[in-house]
Amino acid sequence: MSTRSYPLTGYGPRRRSAWSRLTARDSVVWRLDWLILLSALALSVIGSILVYSATRNRTELNQGDPYYFLLRHVIFLLVGFALMGVTIWLGHRRLRGAVPVMYGLSVFLAVLVLTPLGATINGSRAWLNLGGGFTIQPAEFIKITVILGMAMMLAAKVDAGDRAYPDHRTVLNALGMAALPIAVILLMPDLGSVMVLVIIVLGVLLASGASNRWVLGLILAGTGGAILVWALGVLDEYQINRFAAFANPALDPSGVGYNTNQARIAIGSGGLTGKGLFEGTQTTGQFVPEQQTDFVFSVAGEELGFVGGGLIILLLGVLIWRACRIARESSELYGTVVAAGIVSWFAFQAFENIGMALGIMPVAGLPLPFVSYGGTSMFAVWIAVGLLQSIRTQKPIAAP
Amino acid sequence: MTNIPETGRTQRVTIRLVVIQILVVSLLLTLGGRLWYLQIRNGDEYEKEAAGNHVQQVVQPAVRGSILDARGVPIADNETRLVVSASRTELMKQDDDGRAVLERLAKVLDMDPTTVRNKVRLCDSRTEQPCWNGSPYQPIPVTDDAKPRQALQIRERSEEFPGITAKPMAVRRYTAPYGAGASQALGYLSPVTDKEIEKAKDTDSPFLPSDEIGRSGLEREYDSELRGSSGVTRYEVDNLGRVMGRAESDKAEPGSNLVTSIDSRVQAVTEKSLAQAMKDARKEYDKNTRRNYKADAGAAVVMENRTGRVVAMASNPTYDPNAWVGGISGKEYARLTGKKSNYPLLNRAIQGQSAPGSVFKVIPTAAAVKAGYPFDGRYDCASSYEVGGQVFKNYESKGYGSINLGRALEVSCDTVFYDLAYQQWKKDGGNKPKKDTKDWFYKTAHQFGLGKKTGVDLPNEVTGRVPDRAWKKEYWEANKDAWCEQGKNAKTYAEKIAKENCATGMKMRAGDSINYSIGQGDTLVTPVQMATIYAGLANGGTLYDPTLGKAIVSPDGERVKKIAPKAHGKLPIDGKTIKQMDKALQGVATRGTAAWRFGNAGWPQDKIKMRAKTGTAEVAGKQTTSYFTTYTDDFTVVMTISQGGTGSGASGPAVRKIYDAIYGVGKDGDIDKKKALLPRPESGLPKIDKDGAIEARKDTAFAKALKKGDGAKQQQKEGAAEAPAQAARREQRGTGVGD
Repeated sequence: MSTRSYPLTGYGPRRRSAWSRLTARDSVVWRLDWLILLSALALSVIGSILVYSATRNRTELNQGDPYYFLLRHVIFLLVGFALMGVTIWLGHRRLRGAVPVMYGLSVFLAVLVLTPLGATINGSRAWLNLGGGFTIQPAEFIKITVILGMAMMLAAKVDAGDRAYPDHRTVLNALGMAALPIAVILLMPDLGSVMVLVIIVLGVLLASGASNRWVLGLILAGTGGAILVWALGVLDEYQINRFAAFANPALDPSGVGYNTNQARIAIGSGGLTGKGLFEGTQTTGQFVPEQQTDFVFSVAGEELGFVGGGLIILLLGVLIWRACRIARESSELYGTVVAAGIVSWFAFQAFENIGMALGIMPVAGLPLPFVSYGGTSMFAVWIAVGLLQSIRTQKPIAAP
Repeated sequence: MTNIPETGRTQRVTIRLVVIQILVVSLLLTLGGRLWYLQIRNGDEYEKEAAGNHVQQVVQPAVRGSILDARGVPIADNETRLVVSASRTELMKQDDDGRAVLERLAKVLDMDPTTVRNKVRLCDSRTEQPCWNGSPYQPIPVTDDAKPRQALQIRERSEEFPGITAKPMAVRRYTAPYGAGASQALGYLSPVTDKEIEKAKDTDSPFLPSDEIGRSGLEREYDSELRGSSGVTRYEVDNLGRVMGRAESDKAEPGSNLVTSIDSRVQAVTEKSLAQAMKDARKEYDKNTRRNYKADAGAAVVMENRTGRVVAMASNPTYDPNAWVGGISGKEYARLTGKKSNYPLLNRAIQGQSAPGSVFKVIPTAAAVKAGYPFDGRYDCASSYEVGGQVFKNYESKGYGSINLGRALEVSCDTVFYDLAYQQWKKDGGNKPKKDTKDWFYKTAHQFGLGKKTGVDLPNEVTGRVPDRAWKKEYWEANKDAWCEQGKNAKTYAEKIAKENCATGMKMRAGDSINYSIGQGDTLVTPVQMATIYAGLANGGTLYDPTLGKAIVSPDGERVKKIAPKAHGKLPIDGKTIKQMDKALQGVATRGTAAWRFGNAGWPQDKIKMRAKTGTAEVAGKQTTSYFTTYTDDFTVVMTISQGGTGSGASGPAVRKIYDAIYGVGKDGDIDKKKALLPRPESGLPKIDKDGAIEARKDTAFAKALKKGDGAKQQQKEGAAEAPAQAARREQRGTGVGD
């Protein structure tokens, strides 16, 4: 890449020191969206504490080391933070050129999951075993590459000034591009990620200004597809059971409904201020399964109460609200669409994750952004924050 | 500038972004609302659920207090047995859910493996006994009579028996000293039900699932004192039931001991004599029903006159309360509660109701005095009495001419009381009752404490019945529909009666009042009520609440709570009348219907003044009830035998035997003070040692005599059998309405 397309081009002839570049009034640091950054950091800190609380006495998982999960979580967080920095430094515009490669790589990894290299957890073959106890979940990367890929395709002509809205052919191509990884993930089957990807596609289409017919058509197709999947029995028994249990956990409190029921007891018993950190009887008693990942919100609900749970929702709200603003204020459609895709992703995944802990959404294995334990997820959301910051800090492209 | 918009967005995109933003906000608000609903609105409910989730209780049962007799001899205590228990949580941790362990255990205990397995399974609505219905975290007893060898084996090879413990534990035992069971008075224990646990949850003495509580008798009445409080350790457990830490623990507090006024020796004599009397009655031929007396039930009460304390209380048929210990078998329970065994669980001394017959006559005598008839007036004792064409006969159709009330009581002259009752009935308006009827005969009965509980310290006492105007009306209201239906076309005798009852059943008829005056008809009393009344006559007019409990002694012996005698009323007659009646009742024992049991049978009347009244009550469709009420200066003895014959005939010898034992009266009337069991009422309490142990004065001489006597009595009985039998027959001749 040439220095010409570097965003700092045109900032005067004199090269400034790195320090003064960072501290100058018009520097990247000054223009970063600090609310997003601080919200994401606060969520991550809370998440670290909750993960520690949930795992410190799970001897069968933590190999006797109460800090096992905490340590790894913090490492993931630091790596994620670094990835954000790299993303900002590269900038979403420069990444545009690399999207096809990234897309291809992520789909390749997803396909690898289906081979014997994949690891099955909770009935889903959604992980790639890296050895040394590390696994990655390619679906998380696919969320990013689908957002970037679709944004690139949909915004190309508009940003070039050729058209006001993406044409049908572009939309069709973009959908086709998204459909391939979705199909792969459906085979795993990782229903939660599929749901998130469909919502992302919907959000991206909406933000791109594509014809209403596409948006409505996609909603109808999604609904129809869901009905078809149900009717044809593509879903496994356990997945259907999860849905049934969400509707009525009391039906089978020791079986399918157990998770949701125990999570609900944990959260409900927290009251206004919670039982105190590390004092949750449901948490210490390990009544809620998957408490460091999918059901991490139940730890917050029990030990920190309405105040803590509300704070997490509020922080997520602030973050997503700011992301919406970034989408609205982007100087080009590409940035708008990327930001909107991230908004759809975070909002839906947070709603699904917390909603299932609260018993208003069916159980689907999805991490709570920034809070849940899980490396790939942590990397992905911090890369997304990097993208948001990049869109925010970008300068309008100078008129040709 | 160019025409490209600065932000790269069109109107459409902006609107859609706003839509997305609104959607996001509403989703997050939904989460917040739901969070509020779960945590703030329903938080308490979930808090309870969470608490129930993780805390499990393990109970150390409190040692139940003993029940002792007046001399400190235990009648209900605890014995140490080797109890082998299995911990379900431990068993469930094993790969085969403890099957192998239980199998080995069954072998060591010489038990059937299936039985052992069944004992440790948890009860639900479909599981048959045996099964465990307590907390699954509580060690489940497999057997409570393991032999020391077996317990040792289990302990020594503990690695082969994970989760199995063999420990000595206290188990209830009813000792029946001298063979005196006092079963119905003592009552029994059984495990608490879920309902009771729920009900007592917020009281001062909540139950634990492993608790046993008193179901009847003293065990129930004094349950809260005897029970003590169990020790509870609450463990925090995780989702697999693994113990994470000890939350809190309360130490077990043993229950207090109850000292009763029961003298086990007198109790033993009373029970034995009653049983013997019933056995003898069954050999007697009843001319009216043309078969031997059935003597299907009986009761006896021995009471201290000046305190109301119960020295002995017997009910027959009886049973062994040890049957309840360690859980009663279904078969045994069916037997104890069945008709075939005639309900041995009933305490007939306080729950057996029957018409009293002539023992009732002290009440109409008092009523007559209250109504203004002089005690020493002259009253015609005709052989029969006619009212409205109906002839009421005197007993044995015998007349005594003109006599006073005392003599009427002594010879049990029915016709005197018929006339008095009829006159009073007429004065009250007869068939058209006045507005303010005097009802002396009924009012007096109420004042004597009939128709209500005596307040004995035993549960489920019954009230008996005074068939007064109010009761008649109530009874008619309840039955008139059935009567009127049955009496529609009055053809048979029963239908005619029904028709009459339908029309006038609410009214007090002349015949009702006449029958009532001699303790017949609809009158019902309990033996303990009669004992209270006669003790009242003996002590100058105070009606004491009969009490068995004398003192509650704390387990360390430091706190002794005496149970003071309590009165529930005064007899409505003055001291002079009481003395006159007392004299008449002495006459009964020396010259009257009970003379052949006392005055004429070598009773030392000059040393121990005996008063007596006999009663033979008729019961429709059944043989006569024998009622015998007696008292000395210190004690009252009341005995009744259902379908047993006459008062003095069936119950007489037994009551005499009780007095003989109490005062040490020999065959020919000599008093052997050494043999006397209780010449004076026991007023003090047994000695309580410093360590809280209560000294038991066991009467070895009595126990020895009892053993010897079983052989000797046999002979004695055979020799003496002739005379009473003849006399009994004599008394039964011409069965009138009452003797």
